[in-house]
This record gives sequence, structure tokens and C-alpha cells, in this order.
Amino acid sequence: MSVNLSEESAQVSAFELKGSTFTLPLLKLLVPDMELVSGQLAHRVEQAPDFFRNTPVIIDLQSLASGDTGVDFPLLVGLLRGYGMIPIGVRGGNRSQNDAAHAMELAILADGRPPKSERSSSSKTTERSSRPETTQETVVVSATAPAAGTEAGSRMITRPVRSGQRVYAPVGDLVILSQVSSGAEVLAAGNIHVYGALRGRALAGVKGNRECRIFCQDLQAELVSVAGNYRISEHIEDSKRGKPVQIYLKDDALIIDEL
Amino acid sequence: MTRIIVVTSGKGGVGKTTTSAAVAMGLAQRGHRTVVIDFDVGLRNIDLIMGCERRVVYDFINVINGEANINQAMIRDKRCNDLYILPTSQTKDKEALTRKGVGKVLDELSESFDYIVCDSPAGIEHGAKMAMYFADDAIVVTNPEVSSVRDSDRMLGILASKSRRAENNQEPIKEYLLLTRYCPQRVKQGEMLHVDDVQEILSLHLLGVIPESRSVLSASNAGKPVILDEKSDAGDAYADVVERYLGQELPHRFLEVQRKGLLGRLFGG
Ligand SMILES: Nc1ncnc2c1ncn2[C@@H]1O[C@H](COP(=O)(O)OP(=O)(O)OP(=O)(O)O)[C@@H](O)[C@H]1O
Ligand SMILES: [Mg+2]
Repeated sequence: MSVNLSEESAQVSAFELKGSTFTLPLLKLLVPDMELVSGQLAHRVEQAPDFFRNTPVIIDLQSLASGDTGVDFPLLVGLLRGYGMIPIGVRGGNRSQNDAAHAMELAILADGRPPKSERSSSSKTTERSSRPETTQETVVVSATAPAAGTEAGSRMITRPVRSGQRVYAPVGDLVILSQVSSGAEVLAAGNIHVYGALRGRALAGVKGNRECRIFCQDLQAELVSVAGNYRISEHIEDSKRGKPVQIYLKDDALIIDEL
Repeated sequence: MTRIIVVTSGKGGVGKTTTSAAVAMGLAQRGHRTVVIDFDVGLRNIDLIMGCERRVVYDFINVINGEANINQAMIRDKRCNDLYILPTSQTKDKEALTRKGVGKVLDELSESFDYIVCDSPAGIEHGAKMAMYFADDAIVVTNPEVSSVRDSDRMLGILASKSRRAENNQEPIKEYLLLTRYCPQRVKQGEMLHVDDVQEILSLHLLGVIPESRSVLSASNAGKPVILDEKSDAGDAYADVVERYLGQELPHRFLEVQRKGLLGRLFGG
């Protein structure tokens, strides 16, 4: 939401803006294959779980920037979150990769060298201002106050979650009384309950809680994940489609059971 | 209270302008003071469909820029006294549509009109955002094909968050689904989505189904909203849409394949 600074009372300063440098881990993607990334990431995290917990990471796309390699950011972001990391931005990507990252609300970080294409070196100001007009627009549904009957942190959504929207409950459960459209994404640190059709992506236990579950009335999901263990639509049995189900982890397997 | 209706879509060319013209005329015909505004800067065309393109002196952008007042820019329809058209500019930059400027014009129109129909450009570029920001009601025009339905879903998400109502935490924009260019024959052959499927995917109140009809093109060539064509099925369907919008419950028509041929015409119902 925009704040009109000129109309703010200017007596007490509420904050200071300062520049600062941090050293952050860089995840350098070498292949766009998320299956592969996921598998190897799981292995790494297993070795040093504490290192990854709540760690901000930057995704480096330099190795994938030439050619038109697409990166599935929703999946990648879900994966990283599932392992407890906090993806905050990308660097070194090409234009369409940056657009896709931007759609997932990742920051596009400058990486020292000017982007290769589409920009004349004479215009110095474009660097910051020319965010390309994306046709895709990720809308994060604004944090609503917990509704009556839900614990602090839990969230209840009464309207459909539409394509391009993302709803995230950083603590607690997420309850959706309507549908989740294809192209929409719902994430929760806790359980996820969807009382309409689940056609988009649902990621429960994104901070690593393996006990979390997904419950839905009508399973048509593009992806479901519990604590980073995910299954894509292709790998969901036909016999479970359109059914009310619960999804949970047993050992390392994601189980889908009819309710 | 004035209602501001935005006619919008994710994909282009689905029938927004046709719908804006028909709905505005339908509301005015029923005695409601109505103005239809063209937000598609650079692609002026509501005035063509309304048949008043030769009467344009000033436009919406002139009013926003303070170069003309609203009464100078609005064109009164010759067929219906309660209908006004506020055309847009073909030449100016769409950035001229500022939120403040648009808001001011809508506020002024709200003093004298019952309905303000905003014909939006497709998608979420600047003009479209301006058209949807102030809306009370949204008619989401959709064709019975997967890509159009998907894009409509995305538009609905944006409508839910990028509007004055959302920002002020008011009751959300009322959303209506309008399925246009519906061709029962092609639905039957599996080439188009069935109305029930579209409704299931979008789970939205269905305002109407407009059949694919040649009369739409001939009406627009004649500069006449298709709702004025009494022999047109699309015109009839738009009349139903207006009635439903105003609160009447009517069954949906034109969903079945029309029987053709002599026997069909003799015995068909
Ligand atoms: N029900 C219909 N049957 C047949 N043709 C139709 C129908 N509705 C619209 N059309 C035709 O489709 C074309 C696009 O219609 P229209 O201009 O209303 O769409 P639009 O959504 O406003 O397009 P744009 O996104 O370019 O503004 C026109 O040629 C119009 O005549
Ligand atoms: Mg149009």
C-alpha cells in the first residue's frame, strides 16, 4: 500500500534508512531440473539441517541465463521454503527468468555487470526504474487479522484463491473455505485445509514440520507438498483425483489417503 | 447510489466493447441514467459501435487534463435520452489516465448518473488498472476456451486486491461472469468448454451466455448496439443480461444447438 509521505506528520522520525552489506549464501543453479535439485538439496539439508533453517538465500541464475531455459520458481521457492530457507532474490538471470522470479516476488539483484541485452549503455537511470511490465502479476493476499475462531497466526480465507495469487500462513494453519484455482499457490507453516476444489499448489509444513497435513475436498492439485516432500500432478494417481483426501508424510513418502 | 461497472477480461477480443455498448444501452432503455466510458486509450472504438464517432469533439483525456469539461465531452445518444458516451482519445498516451484524474471524473459523473459503464482494455496494463480501480461491479467477459477462462481467473485475483474497495477494506467488488461467443454446436463437438465447466472452474455468478452470432458484427458495422436488434439472439441474450443484473431471475437461453433445416423450422421449438 502506498503511503503518502507529504501528509504524514513529520515530527518524530520513525526510522532511518541506511545502506548495509550482508554476506548471504548463494544457491547457484546449474540445471533447471527441479527433481534433481530437490533430491540433492534434501541430501545437503540432511547433513546440516541447522545451517539451512531460516537462512535467507539468493538464487544465482548465471549458468542458466543463456538460451531460454525456464526456471520453475514457484516450485523452487516452495522447495527452499520447505527446507527452512528464505529465498529472497535472484541474480544473473535473463529477462524472462527475472520476470518469472519477479512474479514470485523475488527481488532482482544487480550483479555488478550490466545486463547483456535490451538496454542501451547510455541510459543509466533505466537500471532501477524499468521493471518490465509483466503480464503475470503475483498477488499476495494481504494478511488479514485472524478471523474469529482461528488461533493467532492461523488464517482463514473465504473467497477463491485465484490464479496468480499466493496465500501464505507463516505460522499456524491455513483454512480455505473456497477453491484454490489452477495457477494459485497456498502455503502454510502448519496444516492446510481446502473446502473447495484444490486445483493449484498446496505446500504444508513449509518450515519443515513433517507432521503437517493437507486436507482437501476435491483433489485436482498441480502440486502438493509436505515439509518439502512434494508430488506433482503427473504423479498423483487418477484414483485419488476429484476425491476428498488427506495428504501426509510417512517415513519419507508422501501418502495420499481418501477421507 | 451510482454503481460503477467495469467490463473487463484477461484476453483481448472476447467481446468487452460489444458488451459495454449493449449493457449501457440496455440500462438506459430501462430508464436508468447511464454513461459509458471508453478506457481503451489509443484504440477508440466504443463510439464506433455506438455510431457516434462523427460527433466526437473532446474526449475523456481532454477532461482529465482540464482542457474541456465533462458536458462538452459527453455525447448524448440519439436513440435513447438516458444514455451518454464519453469517448477516448486515439492519439494520446494512455499514461494520461491518472488515478486522481479518473477519480475526479467518476466523482463528478456519480452526481448525475445511476450507472457508469467502463469499457476496459484487456489484461492488466495501465488503462485496465484504472478502469477496475474504482469499480463497484465487474463483468468478467470470458470465451468458452481454456486460455480465456484461465486469464479470467487471474483477472479475478487482481480485481480482488487492486481496487479502491480492497484498499479501503470495503465490501469487495461484485463479480459477474459473462460467457460470450458461445457456440453450442462446437461445445457439443468438444471444441469449446461447456458453460457448466466454465462456471465450475471460476465458481462465479453467471450473468449470462451470449451466443456467437453474425448479428454482432452487422450491428457494430451499423453503429448500433446489438441489444437494439430485436431479431438477434445475441441481442436477446444481452437484454436478459441487463434484466439479471438489475435483479430479475431468468433462465439461461441459447445453450442448446438450434435445429436447422426445414423440418427443424416447422417443428422446432
Ligand atoms: N457474440 C458474438 N458473436 C459474434 N461475434 C462477436 C460476438 N461478440 C463479439 N464479437 C466480435 O468479436 C470481435 C471483438 O469484440 P469486441 O471488440 O467487443 O471485443 P473486446 O473484448 O472489446 O476487444 P479488445 O480486447 O480488443 O478491446 C468483434 O469483431 C466483434 O464483432
Ligand atoms: Mg474493446
